Amino acid sequence: MNALIPLPVILPILGAAVCVMAARFRMVQRTISISVLTVNVVVGVMLFARVDAEGIGVTQAGGWRAPLGITLVVDRLAAVMLVVSSLMLLTVLIYAIGQREEESRFAAFNPVYLVLAAGVSASFITGDLFNLFVAFEMMLVASYVLLTLGGRPGQVRSGMSYVVISLIASTFFITALALIYAATGTVNMAELSERIPELSPGVRTGFSLLLILVFGIKAGVFPLFFWLPDSYPTAPGAITAVFAGLLTKVGVYAIIRTQTLMFPPDAQQGSLLLVIAGFTMVVGVLGALAQDDLRRMLSFHIVSHIGYMIFGLALFTLAGIAGAVFYVVHHIVVKTALFLVAGLVEHRAGSDRLSRVGGLVRSAPMIAVLFALPALSIAGIPPFSGFVGKFALVGAGIESTEWVIVAVSLTVSLLTMYVMGRIWSDVFWGEAEDPEVVERMESDSSRVPWLMTAATSAVVIMSLLLMVFAGPLYSYAERTADELLHPQVYVESVLGSES
Amino acid sequence: MSVLLAFGTAVLFATGTWLLLQRRLSRIIIGIGLIGHGSNILLLTSGGPGGAAPIIGSAPAAEFADPLPQALALTSIVITFGVMAFLLALGYRSWRITHDDVVEDDVEDRFIARRRNEDQIVAEGEDAAREQAAEEDRL
Repeated sequence: MNALIPLPVILPILGAAVCVMAARFRMVQRTISISVLTVNVVVGVMLFARVDAEGIGVTQAGGWRAPLGITLVVDRLAAVMLVVSSLMLLTVLIYAIGQREEESRFAAFNPVYLVLAAGVSASFITGDLFNLFVAFEMMLVASYVLLTLGGRPGQVRSGMSYVVISLIASTFFITALALIYAATGTVNMAELSERIPELSPGVRTGFSLLLILVFGIKAGVFPLFFWLPDSYPTAPGAITAVFAGLLTKVGVYAIIRTQTLMFPPDAQQGSLLLVIAGFTMVVGVLGALAQDDLRRMLSFHIVSHIGYMIFGLALFTLAGIAGAVFYVVHHIVVKTALFLVAGLVEHRAGSDRLSRVGGLVRSAPMIAVLFALPALSIAGIPPFSGFVGKFALVGAGIESTEWVIVAVSLTVSLLTMYVMGRIWSDVFWGEAEDPEVVERMESDSSRVPWLMTAATSAVVIMSLLLMVFAGPLYSYAERTADELLHPQVYVESVLGSES
Repeated sequence: MSVLLAFGTAVLFATGTWLLLQRRLSRIIIGIGLIGHGSNILLLTSGGPGGAAPIIGSAPAAEFADPLPQALALTSIVITFGVMAFLLALGYRSWRITHDDVVEDDVEDRFIARRRNEDQIVAEGEDAAREQAAEEDRL
């Protein structure tokens, strides 16, 4: 069964290579990428089931024992992230194929998308800090290409700032790696977990802060989020959805992983993270309120909700981390759904400006339903999964008597409701006044292809399933949190029990 | 040797940071390149003092240099190289579009800022009208 662990990385890379060779045959490319991503989902589910039943799975690439070789580890957190991310990657690819835009126009789309998939999976399963860097780079380089694929002026401008910011973060990452290696002589995360407590408190606090800085840029936390609402909306619809759903969450995953595994409680930046979380929530939602462009609004909104995940982690309690893990899973699915719907709106009305579009509830009731369900969920209306996530986080906050952050998170939750309400009343109610939009809405040529609607519906149904299975999922999140709070098990599985 | 490398790293980081803060795209790209070199040298020096080439049989094992940072630095050089090439291509594309290499402002941001100013003007206008009405009432 451990032989399955490298598959989520190897298969997409091989698939990408074959896709490059089949550049002239779009149908062959599509068959390869869809089948590779489907196999990834199956492998993810198998790993998920096994890890939950039997504990952490470890494989040493090339048979070199840890800490010498490259270690791949799947624990409960990695397994659930693998399942959710592979499902999202598959449905968004189907959506992109249905959209007939970038995917049909560029032979590079399929291979680059598969590299992105490999990078995302590799970030989850790596047990080695340097390989985390390599996985991030794989993911980021693919994202640079996907973001700027059309080569339009807006894409080039925002793509430039995205690449520059990501590169600066990568340079910080290399610097952090160099300093950590100089101090401890290892980059294996399990071994770091044993060595870092031996360092002096100042040094390990410095490392902890440096890694928060590096992953905070990727995750888009306050005050390092500014690049996100600028660059994400310029990408093609499907790509924005996958960026919004997955890339920031990979950063959050890396923060959770490094903070819980590598640092002893005295170097964990609980109170700093709480402050960051509060500001991230508030600034994100206020930014969203000011926007007029649907996708920019949703992008600011991602920032706001990253704050909730950081809030859960910052408590460093079982309930807090369980809430954060649940929230990450919920947010990946729901946010992807919202961005896919934004793509549908743009396709149908020819614009995603709130001031131009209107009256979609009558002309496109299906899109309205597909928007309403995830929007209610993200606003935290019971019984949707967003309510369960927020309830768990607020409960954890009250348990730890962190009243300020609880108050902030409840206020932000109300403002989220307001943002979603504003989108609803501007886009779906009212009348479209812009003549171009009205004309487009009346013509049949702007009908949304069924494949796009089907893919969006699939993601919305997944978000409803999260609500139905919230109980089992939450208890899984609790088991995950327990595992994260007791890193000894992880360390022993990687290094063997003799050490 | 190590002092020289440490000094070199410092200079690369400092000049790179300065270039990054410029408004011209070409300088930003060069700045990123310099910072990248600085961090790669830092990675190389993290392995401690140099020694014999770490090939079994060529020297006693105790004299070997630490091979791991060398491997890491090599990987990171390759990655930085690839991304730099992409960045240069993107910079060229940007130059082809705008015929200028000054980094542009975000259009949407300016739009929102302008909207806020307009709101302010409208609000100020309303205030002025209200004051005028109050004035007339008094008269």
